[in-house]
Amino acid sequence: MADMAISVEGAHKTYGGKKAKDVKKALDGLDLRVVRGTVHGVLGPNGAGKTTLVRVLATLLRPDSGRVEVAGYDVVTEARAVRFRIGLLGQHAALDEELGGRQNLEMFARLHHLGARHARVRADELLERFDLGDTGRKPVRAYSGGMRRRLDLAASLVTDPEILFLDEPTTGLDPRGRAEVWSAVRSLVGGGTTVLLTTQYLEEADQLAGRISVVDRGRVIADGTPDELKSRTGGDRIDVVLRDAGQLGAAVALLPVPESGVSVDVDRRLLSAPVTDRMTALSGVVRALEEAGIDAEDVALRRPTLDEVFLHLTGAGEVAA
Amino acid sequence: MSAYVLTDSWTMTRRELAHWARQPVQVVVSLVFPVMLLLMFGYLIGGGRAVEGAYVDYLVPGMLALTMAFGLEGTMLAVTQDLNKGVIDRFRSMPMADEAVLVGRSAADMLQSAIGLVVLIGVGLALGWRPQGGGGGFLGAVGLLLLFRFAMLWVGIQLALVAGRPEMVQAVQILVWPVGFLSNALATPAAMPGWLGAVVQWNPMSQTATAVRELFGGPGGEPGHVWAAVVWPLVLLAVFFPLAVRRFRGLGR
Ligand SMILES: Nc1ncnc2c1ncn2[C@@H]1O[C@H](COP(=O)(O)OP(=O)(O)OP(=O)(O)O)[C@@H](O)[C@H]1O
Ligand SMILES: [Mg+2]
Repeated sequence: MADMAISVEGAHKTYGGKKAKDVKKALDGLDLRVVRGTVHGVLGPNGAGKTTLVRVLATLLRPDSGRVEVAGYDVVTEARAVRFRIGLLGQHAALDEELGGRQNLEMFARLHHLGARHARVRADELLERFDLGDTGRKPVRAYSGGMRRRLDLAASLVTDPEILFLDEPTTGLDPRGRAEVWSAVRSLVGGGTTVLLTTQYLEEADQLAGRISVVDRGRVIADGTPDELKSRTGGDRIDVVLRDAGQLGAAVALLPVPESGVSVDVDRRLLSAPVTDRMTALSGVVRALEEAGIDAEDVALRRPTLDEVFLHLTGAGEVAA
Repeated sequence: MSAYVLTDSWTMTRRELAHWARQPVQVVVSLVFPVMLLLMFGYLIGGGRAVEGAYVDYLVPGMLALTMAFGLEGTMLAVTQDLNKGVIDRFRSMPMADEAVLVGRSAADMLQSAIGLVVLIGVGLALGWRPQGGGGGFLGAVGLLLLFRFAMLWVGIQLALVAGRPEMVQAVQILVWPVGFLSNALATPAAMPGWLGAVVQWNPMSQTATAVRELFGGPGGEPGHVWAAVVWPLVLLAVFFPLAVRRFRGLGR
């Protein structure tokens, strides 16, 4: 247990409403363990319970039941001890919009009891590091989305937290902003910080996270390393790119799977299907295309992307319900 | 209780002062509004009340008390707005003293009310109001007014925490006005129908207004009301202060 930064067992959280129809189970027996010093991705569709999980972990919301520990402390009974060790980047900016960037950071540093002089120094460091140095007295209200996100991230790092929660940190950022957040996260992990990151971008989880938990309807429906998840669902896939989009229909019938298993991308003239036996499938498809006189630009085997894993897992959840 | 209540409360007070510095117009408006009310009642409506002596000597202390009561609205609005801002999440996820957010609010509001009192007293004096109670009476009256404001402040915080959303504040605002006016702030209960006079007598605000009038040595003061003007606010505080702090700590339950 000692090496667990986060440990959640059977967490339940229901949002109120006196009438039964208003009751919403946001966490429904969620289990999660995050090893110290790692980046753990929490992946899930809208409404899966990601934000609820982060708010419970950050002591903002009390779980109805279950055991939730952060840095070895109970989030309900030892909330203060938890708060000393965490940083939070919520889904929505947690900044004083009327004040400027420096004022915000200084205020948070003071509230972390750094002392007036130290707080000023720390604010300067962070402004520098996140490229916010020349915003002057401009209130946060007038910041661009990317600047606000960077300031919010800076605010969550005022004391170099042991454990950092990032709730959809790059939603709404342009590619440059995203790359900046990613590199900040990587450098933190280099320094030993544990990061729990929620995201809807599979690429983000793939890039940053050592392990991923896929969450749907308040439970973890799959977890593992990105590679494990990819091989667990569907195994390898074959991609066929044709020269002529008009022949896509004919080519579908030649693949070694039922038609329903083939995904067709007309714009890219691409067919894609799961395969079980890699080499047999590859040679079989090439031969069949040749015999049918269909011209292929490319035929390749590949692992599934996380997108496919994600759709497979969460889609399956929908069918079952 | 955390060892950092004072430091953190001071940091939160500074936050409010920084807001003032960025919104000077808003601050001025909040100071001018009671002055407007005073002028309105003094010149437009005033004069015809059944009060012995100059109406201004009756009105000014009443307006001072009324202004303290209406401060409740400002506090409520500020707290509900704050609660609906993301920054509260950051405060609550940090190891700061929980109550500092509320204490900072109350310190800033008290400072604003004190400044408001100074302005209103100045305007009152310019209108010809002359307190007769001597320096001790004057200070005592100001003390009672601020005590009353402090009680209203925590009532406002608790109401804001219960209401939760800015829309709900409007409902309370509509209620504050009759409570404010159902007092002897502007008119003496003697001039009202019996049952109304009784309600007005019992209004905590009337207790403060009467006591303040006594201490200022003007008309409408009755001896023996000072204790009520001390006890009433303290009772309100004893009830609402712990309620508000508990409620704030319990957010997110
Ligand atoms: N304050 C609330 N009151 C009532 N229901 C809520 C509240 N907050 C969230 N919910 C509901 O709980 C469920 C989980 O919400 P949550 O915000 O945790 O999802 P999420 O995974 O963060 O979604 P998103 O990707 O859209 O941010 C949703 O069905 C949501 O509608
Ligand atoms: Mg969310």
